[in-house]
Amino acid sequence: MNENLFASFITPMMFGLPLVTLIVLFPSLLFPTSNRLVNNRLISLQQWMLQLVSKQMMSIHNTKGQTWALMLMSLILFIGSTNLLGLLPHSFTPTTQLSMNLGMAIPLWAGAVITGFRNKTKASLAHFLPQGTPTPLIPMLVIIETISLFIQPVALAVRLTANITAGHLLIHLIGGATLALMSINTTTTLITFIILILLTVLEFAVAMIQAYVFTLLVSLYLHDNT
Amino acid sequence: SQDSKMASVVPLKEKKLLEVKLGELPSWILMRDFTPSGIAGAFQRGYYRYYNKYVNVKKGSIAGLSMVLAAYVFLNYCRSYKELKHERLRKYH
Repeated sequence: MNENLFASFITPMMFGLPLVTLIVLFPSLLFPTSNRLVNNRLISLQQWMLQLVSKQMMSIHNTKGQTWALMLMSLILFIGSTNLLGLLPHSFTPTTQLSMNLGMAIPLWAGAVITGFRNKTKASLAHFLPQGTPTPLIPMLVIIETISLFIQPVALAVRLTANITAGHLLIHLIGGATLALMSINTTTTLITFIILILLTVLEFAVAMIQAYVFTLLVSLYLHDNT
Repeated sequence: SQDSKMASVVPLKEKKLLEVKLGELPSWILMRDFTPSGIAGAFQRGYYRYYNKYVNVKKGSIAGLSMVLAAYVFLNYCRSYKELKHERLRKYH
């Protein structure tokens, strides 16, 4: 049971070839492009949703920050679609791999911070000391603020990994428990099954919320720095 | 007449699969374009065939997307069959 539990998180390879590349590229197949004014239903729905999200998320930024609109919208689409596809049976979710999430979080966070340091050096350095701190506390507070700055990308990556992995593990465990209980006591099976359904609904929500949170935080780091 | 006789002699390479006779099948397969650009062309043709039939229509339904997802689930099942084999409800695995 222990080996089976974590088997779905192993990077898929086939005859030594990385199958995971195809799996990571698969969500892009579900978002077709079109140059027409009036599109088919799939593209119209996606464009409507994208417009809604981009208006809501990019409205807080100034002109410089809004140049990141394409990056942030691609990010939320990618994380959202990858997480949702991971809820299908037997599928592999790339966002459960810490390596992938670090690869997304570190460059984006670093880009925002370095932009801030290059363009608004004084204001960026001023972030290290909150307003109105008593003088004796200043050295310690600068250290704490530095640590909190450098922990941001790690927190971004680990938050996403942990949430999605935990959700998948819970579904596996409770599903396995439901199956095992079927031959023992039917009422308990029913209760466990209802828990499983509620958990699946939660996981759908979590999939989308995590994408939103990730993108929102990157956008917030950007807002601080532009 | 003369015209129908000319039209029926189509070279093997240009026939579609359903028009190839069973005896000609091995030579038809060997004549296909297996270069990288040929294979890429085959994938592109297949993609657009599916897209234009089920998605790029005026009143596309959920079936266009669902068939793709069902195929994805099936392929993932095939990929992980080796591990799933041990989880069947059998006395001896």
